[in-house]
Amino acid sequence: MLIGKPPDIPSSEITPPSAYREFMNRRRFLKGAAAAGAAALAADRVARLIEPGRVAFAETKLQTVPSPLTTTGEQLTSFEDITHYNNFYEFGVDKGDPAKNAGGLPTRPWTVKVEGKVAKPLTFSIDDLLKLRPLEDRVYRHRCVEAWSMVIPWVGYSLSEFIKQCDPLPSAKYVQFLSYFDRHVEKWSGESTIFWPYSEGLRMDEAMNPLTLLTFGLYGDTLPNQDGAPVRVVVPWKYGFKSAKSVVTVRFVDKQPSTTWNDMAPNEYGFYSNVNPSVDHPRWSQKRERRIGLPFYAQWRDTLMFNGYGDQVASMYAGMNLRRDY
Amino acid sequence: MKRSTLIALKTVVWIACLVPFGFLVWGAVTNNLGPDATAEIANTTGLSALWMLAITLAISPVRRLSVHLAWLIRFRRLMGLFVFYYASLHVLTWLALYNNFSIRSMLDDVTKRRFVMAGMGTYLLLLPLALTSTNWAIRKLGGKNWTRLHWLIYPAAICATIHYWWKVKTGVLEPAPYTLVLLVLLLARPVMAWSKRRRARAVSV
Repeated sequence: MLIGKPPDIPSSEITPPSAYREFMNRRRFLKGAAAAGAAALAADRVARLIEPGRVAFAETKLQTVPSPLTTTGEQLTSFEDITHYNNFYEFGVDKGDPAKNAGGLPTRPWTVKVEGKVAKPLTFSIDDLLKLRPLEDRVYRHRCVEAWSMVIPWVGYSLSEFIKQCDPLPSAKYVQFLSYFDRHVEKWSGESTIFWPYSEGLRMDEAMNPLTLLTFGLYGDTLPNQDGAPVRVVVPWKYGFKSAKSVVTVRFVDKQPSTTWNDMAPNEYGFYSNVNPSVDHPRWSQKRERRIGLPFYAQWRDTLMFNGYGDQVASMYAGMNLRRDY
Repeated sequence: MKRSTLIALKTVVWIACLVPFGFLVWGAVTNNLGPDATAEIANTTGLSALWMLAITLAISPVRRLSVHLAWLIRFRRLMGLFVFYYASLHVLTWLALYNNFSIRSMLDDVTKRRFVMAGMGTYLLLLPLALTSTNWAIRKLGGKNWTRLHWLIYPAAICATIHYWWKVKTGVLEPAPYTLVLLVLLLARPVMAWSKRRRARAVSV
């Protein structure tokens, strides 16, 4: 098992990519500015004027602590690839679209509404959520149903910590997550026939599993918009689409909630959608996967049952027929 | 058209058609094919074949618009062979990268996945067309038989479009523009034949 010793350096200690990207920017800009005899301060101001988008959406560094639940022994996927190869269909169906189009997502102020089978409905602001528990560095493998995978250093804490604050009733058997939706902001949402907002759900025990992460950042910084800012769910043993992005509503329910891809094509996307190399998808064999960022001749590797997290999650499915409940 | 103009134009078409391939080779050598290199190769070869097929199908109706465009026919075989070239690279990508040359894995893929089946069907329809593209084959078959055989380009184009729709996820409308173009090109034929008949009648009356 690859879970165990935390990395020597928490990802919060790594120079955040936004910092060196800005540095590169400034250096590039200074080449011209020096010739013009401009001071560094002025150069920085001008640079901000020239590229307001970059500065306005720059990620901010988060205070993090190491976690025993992090995955070790894997080479991290680059920040560039994690942020430029996204399925976020509200911002376009091409993998490169969300990086281009998600700039308008209003991540602050942001509230998460808690409703349904709870003692009393609640609303959390993003700042409340960030302060609720210490933010942990958790590296997870991320396996998309399309047969590609990444290794991502997320930042967050177990969703169970948040659920405890929500005070769900005993009748709450499932939890549903609804993503932000505004067709004026997400003008690209008509590129597919999906019925918005995006909905995902977990069984209560799955949601309470310590691996399920309420996620606020990656590579030590707050989440870039295209990766589901400002708060998302990450369920590392399930196909990526189970991990709802930009969550605005958490609803506790007594029946299995309707979920977006399961509604679109139930024969292709089951409610559980646990990573399982022995159950093929009608479009893709799930036996192998392509690791993002490697050359084409080195991309393929065998897919692991439960994406390699069986030790922590397999017991939840004891006695279930995973061929039927895929 | 002058011989020198034709040669110059053919050179330009050759170079233009090799751009996607050049892009892939350059990307592979410099390790610059994007985050998912394998998918990039599959998508580029597949989309190149699709759009070149649309261009091939456009040649016949467009040249009939004016006598001055009759020379376009001299580019149809070239375009058709480029369709086959990219389709072959696409199939090779599937064989080598997606199935690791394993017969078992290929059989599994073809029988289990309808989009692979449709893609394979397209390639099998294109194969006899490429094989009978030489002047020798045209002479041997005779013009009439050759034309009859090459009618297969229409089912091939339809099959390719179905392959595209079945490949993308349910609800994704990405193949719509291509489908629209193909629809226009296929409908252009009966519409043009009909208007020609009408004009012929008008003249005879």
